Order: sequence, then structure tokens, then C-alpha cells
Amino acid sequence: MKICVLVKEVPDAAVEKRMDPSTKRLDRSGEKNLNPFDTHAIEAAMQIKEGGKADIEEVVAVTMGPESAVRALHKAVSLGADRSVHLTDDALAVSDVCATGYALAQVLKQEQPDLVLLGQQSDDGECYTIGAVVADHLQMPSLTQVIKMDAEGGKLRCERQAEYGYDTVEVELPAVISVGDAINEPRYPSLKAIMGAKKKPLDTKSTGDAEIDTSRVGSEGKRTAVLAINPPPEKEAGQIIEDEDTGETVEKIVAWLDERKLLA
Amino acid sequence: MSGILTYVLHYQGEFNKNSLGAVTEAGKLAKELGGEAAAVVVGEGDDLTDDLCASLGKYGATKVYRARGPEGLAQPVVDVMAKVIEENGYDYALFGGGLLGFEIGAGLTARLNAGVTMEVTEVKVQDGKLVADRPILQDSAIAEVDYVGTPGIIIGRLNAFEMAESGDGAASVEDVEVELSDWSTKARMIERGEQRGADVNIEDADILVAGGRGLGKAEGFQLCEDLADALGGAVAATRAVVDAGWYPYAAQIGQTGKTVAPKLYLAAGISGAIQHKVGMQSSENIVAINKDPNAPIFEFSDLGIVGDLNKILPKLTEAVKAKKGG
Ligand SMILES: Cc1cc2nc3c(=O)[nH]c(=O)nc-3n(C[C@H](O)[C@H](O)[C@H](O)COP(=O)(O)OP(=O)(O)OC[C@H]3O[C@@H](n4cnc5c(N)ncnc54)[C@H](O)[C@@H]3O)c2cc1C
Ligand SMILES: Nc1ncnc2c1ncn2[C@@H]1O[C@H](COP(=O)(O)O)[C@@H](O)[C@H]1O
Repeated sequence: MKICVLVKEVPDAAVEKRMDPSTKRLDRSGEKNLNPFDTHAIEAAMQIKEGGKADIEEVVAVTMGPESAVRALHKAVSLGADRSVHLTDDALAVSDVCATGYALAQVLKQEQPDLVLLGQQSDDGECYTIGAVVADHLQMPSLTQVIKMDAEGGKLRCERQAEYGYDTVEVELPAVISVGDAINEPRYPSLKAIMGAKKKPLDTKSTGDAEIDTSRVGSEGKRTAVLAINPPPEKEAGQIIEDEDTGETVEKIVAWLDERKLLA
Repeated sequence: MSGILTYVLHYQGEFNKNSLGAVTEAGKLAKELGGEAAAVVVGEGDDLTDDLCASLGKYGATKVYRARGPEGLAQPVVDVMAKVIEENGYDYALFGGGLLGFEIGAGLTARLNAGVTMEVTEVKVQDGKLVADRPILQDSAIAEVDYVGTPGIIIGRLNAFEMAESGDGAASVEDVEVELSDWSTKARMIERGEQRGADVNIEDADILVAGGRGLGKAEGFQLCEDLADALGGAVAATRAVVDAGWYPYAAQIGQTGKTVAPKLYLAAGISGAIQHKVGMQSSENIVAINKDPNAPIFEFSDLGIVGDLNKILPKLTEAVKAKKGG
């Protein structure tokens, strides 16, 4: 069985994310890292591999992004992926959800995985949608937000929280599953794995290699158009207390609550 | 003619409140656009009666397409909506937020090569087209987005669209035969709507003390319970800790949990993710305790305390007791 994990490079959590007002795109300067939500997807793949109930030949990390995105692949490999695929092409820049899902699906079609795993959301895009888009293109069953997953006999038994409580769903493979961040506690890479990551096979693909119709991606393929970026409605900033002397802090909280008649 | 199609989720014979919000919104927008609002329902039992379906007219739908198919899964609904859109030419598909709305909207995006926006807080009519307000970067900016070509897919943020009766009459109901895609039948619901943990009531409480992953472990909730007792309130939780089994599902606030608006919402060890915020942002007073000064929750709290909850909560409980006793 072969597992592909979709990973993305995103601005580091500590970097303040901001929009570039001239391009109406995310300002991508500054520190970057592997999308933290994707580390749960890699961990889930590793746990299936190590769990012994399914025979996993390889775990392949796949990304679409600029040249620098290769670092997310190195990180994914240091966390256990056997090799990686990097889809990169100028024609793909500024792709929206519709285009990104299509392009990733074209790469995945060539890989023919039995299972595609991905994170619940990208830290920068917060779209929550790529999994279901990719699944429809691949004509595979799909679930998002999965927090428990057992692979057995060509099937996955998945659990997730939906609108009315917890659902248990059985999914036939091949399938596309996006995992919630409660599914596992991702491991840290060993120093050896970090050092070795750059030596693992890396396949770089252009749109031509992946048989992507370039009229469907990038600026040409856009199905949405950002008209403007506006500030959010003004909200009066709340009061902030830095806790130095806890006795004093608590006094202030109690006074604040009392003023609003919440201690009646 | 410019029509809007919505999906209306139902469970045990009742429509979902957020879906009804989407129908209401679609009805209003369709009138402005000079088109019609229609709804799709999909079910396998007998609970989707003619009367129940026609009742969507009250919220502004003029037509309801009813199809047979498995419930609680997105892909069969994608098949149905794609067919209805292709045969009847709707220009937009609108969803009221929630897990299935995201999955169905995403599936349609792929199927129809359509533009999609999500977490939408407002939809406007501009030059005969819909424009969506989509908050981005943890709500620090709002992108105004319109669509290139049709259909356009709009996935609303939970509670963004309020349900309201429009005064319109019953909707017409049409049964549609849809052959499900092969892959849509490869996911099978084994158990639906399981309630995990005790059945606690948090919706009637004036004061809620909510705990998140910052409590460190299940036992950490004792700190919240003690404070809630002192304040005369109840305890609520985030999805992260409910999924981890630290606290019952019935106490969860947020997108796939409950929506509350108490007089006081005191959040301890909660980061303030959008999906949590949507369930509690209408609270009258929001107090947050978090050790990370950059936690998003401080963006929408009235009083924020940057510090360790393990130090603050026990002392706060004592101080509240003393104040109330004295
Ligand atoms: C489709 C979808 C639906 C979702 N539905 C919901 C939902 O209904 N409800 C919901 O809540 N979430 C929901 N989520 C999940 C949501 O995105 C967040 O993951 C979740 O709310 C985070 O929970 P948390 O704040 O407890 O944990 P975290 O985000 O991990 O935050 C823990 C916080 O505790 C702080 N902390 C740690 N230690 C201490 C200490 N000693 N003292 C003080 N502070 C400390 C940290 O600084 C951190 O900010 C949903 C997500 C998706 C994608
Ligand atoms: N450009 C990309 N390359 C590879 N995977 C991606 C890309 N964008 C999104 N993903 C995957 O899709 C998941 C959900 O992202 P999103 O729908 O953007 O919130 C992420 O956690 C990644 O696993």
C-alpha cells in the first residue's frame, strides 16, 4: 500500500501574517515552516505504517509551491516520509482553491496512492477544503476532520465530530482523508533524520510533467477575484493584565467582575 | 435568471438551524438579484415529508429538490447538487457553515470547476452579482471576493446567516432521481451522532467557565469546576479537549458544538480559534486567561490576563468565594 501526504510550507506561527496591499496576496517574506496541521497527517501515516495492520510500501510527501517549498518536503521526510514530489511552476502562482485542488490531483493521479492524507487546514489559507476538492478529482471517497482511523483489509474505520455528535464512517480504499489535530501527538524528528532528509529522493515536476492544463491554474484559471482587502470592523480593544503578582491580578479580576455585577 | 441553490441538512425529522439561515439569506439575495432561491434535501428515510419540505418556503425557498441518498455524508449531496445545478442553471450555491457545508461546497468546486469562498460573514449584491466578505488571517482582514464565471460557491461562517421567516408561502417540491457516483457510495455511515460523555446543560447558564488544551490534562478541569461553582456557573470546553476525551461533548462550544451567549464567558487555556469563537463571541463579557500574549482570544476578549492558569485559577476561586461570602 502507498500513502501520499499533502504538505504545505506556511509562514512560521511566530511571524505576523499580513497582506501585501498592492498584490492583495499574503506577504510571504519572513520565516517559514511546515504547516503544523500537516505534521499530524504525516504522523498518522507513520502510525499506520508502524502499526503493522496494513503493509505500507512507501509514504510520499507531496507539495505544490515555489522553490522554497522544498523545505517543507525536507521536514516531512525527516518526520518519516520515504521520498517526496515537488510540483513547482510559475504558471501555478496565485492559484485559488479550485486550481490548487485540481493541480494536486493531477500529481496524485501519477502516483496512484491507496490513501491520501492531509491536514485539516493550512495555517495561512485556512480554507479547510483542499481534501474534498482533491477527492472529487480523484474520484475517491473522502472524509475531513478525522480524529481516529484504523486501517484494516482495504478499508478505513474513521471517527470524527460532525454536526450532531461523533460519527463513525467506514471508507473503502483508495480514499482521501483529512485529519484533525486531535488525532495524534506528532513526533519530533531525530537529528540523524534531519541530516539525512536532503539525501532522500525528490522528484520535481512542472505543469507539463504532471499533465496540468495551464488554462485551469494560476491567474488564467482563477474562478474567484479579490476585489479589495478591508480592515475588520473596529472593536474596542479589551483591557490586558500581565500577571506578575498573582494576588494583585486576582484582585483586579474580582473588581472588574464586581463592577459588571457578575458576582451577585 | 440568477438563482441560488442551498443545501438543507436535516436530522431526525428536523432541519438544521444554520441551513435555515442559509435558506433565509438565499431568499433575500435572490429577491435582490431577481432570481429564485431553491433548496436541496437528501435523505433515505420517510421523514422528508411533502409538508416538511414545503415548509422551507416560509424561509424564502420557492422550490425544493428532494433526492434519496445516504445521510450525514457529503459526496452523495455533491452528486445531487451538481445535477440540479447543471439541469437548472443556478448561478450560486450557498451553505450555512458546518462540517458538511464545507465538504459539499468543496466537492462542487471540483465537480463544476467553480470558484469557492469559505467562512463568509456577509454576502452583498453588486452589479447584479454576489460579492462575499471572507475574513482572512485569523480575522485580521476581510477580503471582498467575487466570482469568475458560474456557479459561485459560498460557504458561510457558522451563525453568519440568521434564520427568519420571510412571509412567503409553501415551496413546491420536486423529486429528483440521481444516480450516485461510484465513489460516493464507498463511504458508509456506521454510527451517527454519538454523544460522548455526560449530558451536561450549559445553554441555560449565565456564567460559563470554559477550559481548553491549556489545562494540560483531564484533571485540569477541576480548576474550572471549582471556579464555576464559586461563580454559580457551569463549565464548557473546546473541541480539542472534547476530542481528547477530557470533557463531555455536550459541553463543547463552537462550530460543531453549541452556540452560547452568557453574561460572562471566562476562557482558560483556550487559544481562540475561529471555530471556537463563532460559538461564544456574542457573550456579554469575555475574560481570557492565556500564557501566550499573542493568543488570538485576546483579540476579542474584554479582559485578558496573560499568565499561567495553574497559578491564577485557584486564587481567583478563593477570591470570588471570599467576595461573595463577605
Ligand atoms: C471544521 C472544524 C470545526 C471545529 N469545531 C470546533 C468547535 O466546535 N469548537 C472548538 O472549540 N473548536 C473547534 N475546532 C477546532 C479549533 O480550530 C481549535 O483547534 C480548537 O478550538 C483549539 O482548542 P484549544 O483552544 O483548547 O487548544 P489550543 O489551540 O491548543 O490552545 C491552547 C491554549 O492554551 C494556552 N496555554 C497552555 N498552557 C497554559 C497555561 N498553563 N496557562 C494559560 N494558558 C495556557 C496556550 O497558550 C494556547 O493558546 C474546529 C476545527 C475545524 C477545522
Ligand atoms: N499547495 C499545497 N501543496 C500541498 N498540500 C496543500 C497545499 N495547500 C493545501 N494543502 C493541503 O491541504 C490541507 C488543507 O489546506 P486548506 O484547504 O488550504 O486549509 C493542508 O493541511 C495541506 O495538507
